[in-house]
Amino acid sequence: MGEVIRTDVVIIGAGPIGLFAVFELGLLDIKAHLIDILPKIGGQCAELYPEKPIYDVPGFPVVTGQGLVENLMAQIKPFGATFHLSEMVEGLEALGTAEHPLFRVSTDAEKTFEAKVVVIAAGGGSFQPKKPPIPGIDAYEGKSVLYAVRKMDHFRGRRVLIVGGGDSALDWALNLQPVAARVTLMHRRDAFRAAPHSVNAMRALVAEKKMDFVLGQVTGLKGEAGQLTAAAVRGEDASVFDLPCDDMLPFFGLTMKLGPVAHWGLNLHENLIPADTEKFETNIPGIFAIGDINTYPGKLKLILSGFHEGALAAQRAHHYVYPDKKLLFQYTTSSTSLQKKLGVA
Amino acid sequence: MIQLTYTDSTGKSRTVEAQAGATVMETALRNSIPGIDAECGGACACATCHVYVAPEWTEIVGKASQMEEDMLDFAFEVRPNSRLSCQIKVTQALDGLAVSTPAKQG
Repeated sequence: MGEVIRTDVVIIGAGPIGLFAVFELGLLDIKAHLIDILPKIGGQCAELYPEKPIYDVPGFPVVTGQGLVENLMAQIKPFGATFHLSEMVEGLEALGTAEHPLFRVSTDAEKTFEAKVVVIAAGGGSFQPKKPPIPGIDAYEGKSVLYAVRKMDHFRGRRVLIVGGGDSALDWALNLQPVAARVTLMHRRDAFRAAPHSVNAMRALVAEKKMDFVLGQVTGLKGEAGQLTAAAVRGEDASVFDLPCDDMLPFFGLTMKLGPVAHWGLNLHENLIPADTEKFETNIPGIFAIGDINTYPGKLKLILSGFHEGALAAQRAHHYVYPDKKLLFQYTTSSTSLQKKLGVA
Repeated sequence: MIQLTYTDSTGKSRTVEAQAGATVMETALRNSIPGIDAECGGACACATCHVYVAPEWTEIVGKASQMEEDMLDFAFEVRPNSRLSCQIKVTQALDGLAVSTPAKQG
């Protein structure tokens, strides 16, 4: 365990709701660290629909997912939040009391935080790689079926089967081609949803016979003790054949899984966290749940609902962070003290 | 009245009433049909509402758009009759439509 990062609030999830919570907390002089499993800021807005127009964010007749994230980042800039990306929160442990909460938050990157308040703004859960429903795949996972490349050297001299037709599949096919004994790219169709220059580079390598491209889908795996020897493939013409390989890298995008949240002692209802509608606090005092991950009577999974929830949660968070200070409600339009915090007065 | 039939990977079927204008995905969620996750809520951005259109219906339902074909790359066990159910709008012409769901969406 390395150094402990001490802060007022840890926000789990850097989607639009986590970002706006930084604003509402910041107005109350509360500092936040945000942790997100994705390598980028913006949550579903950035991962699922960066280019898609959203029509129901108040004040924006139309805004794209990425546009909303960029605007929120500009809005919270004065508050200097710290981001920890590509990290999953694994542990959440209560150290304090109901009146004086204190939490220890630990991530899979072996960072440890101590915070008086935790805000869970994790949306649909954490984004994790989709696992193909191939019978027996579990036995190979982590050994010869891998969903990410951690060390390129692992693939030196090995026959690597890369499955998928997006940027991840194309990028890794190109990056591993000089390292691996042989790279085979397999996709269900001869069209790709990837950067055209990557597709062209792949086609050139295939033409030079330095890489293979196979049309088909993997239906089974062969090998022993987690070590692949071949993938059973159904080709485009419904023919079935074995493709010898030592490793398989499936790239079918990401899916949302509730993940470690289930093990933190929080009440759950159908994979959602019940919260009250006054403070959006969970069954554990000091832990709040806002945005798509919470549930309460009448809940609507709308971005605008999450903004409201964050504002109310911040009011209660103030009580835990500054137990001796009385909170005076103020408006950004008229309060010079708030305007100073925003850097505009 | 428009009726849709959903069959899961174990062969269990349910027939439900659908509103014209809703999608086949929305109709499934409204009726708590299992096997359709629809993580992105119908934005054609996640491929977790993958269905197989019954062979006799493929022509009437039509083919996937380019964007939908791209998203189907993230689905498993894709077949020629694969569609994303959020992209099929219910009309009177689809009364009686039968779709089946794969063993796993994501």
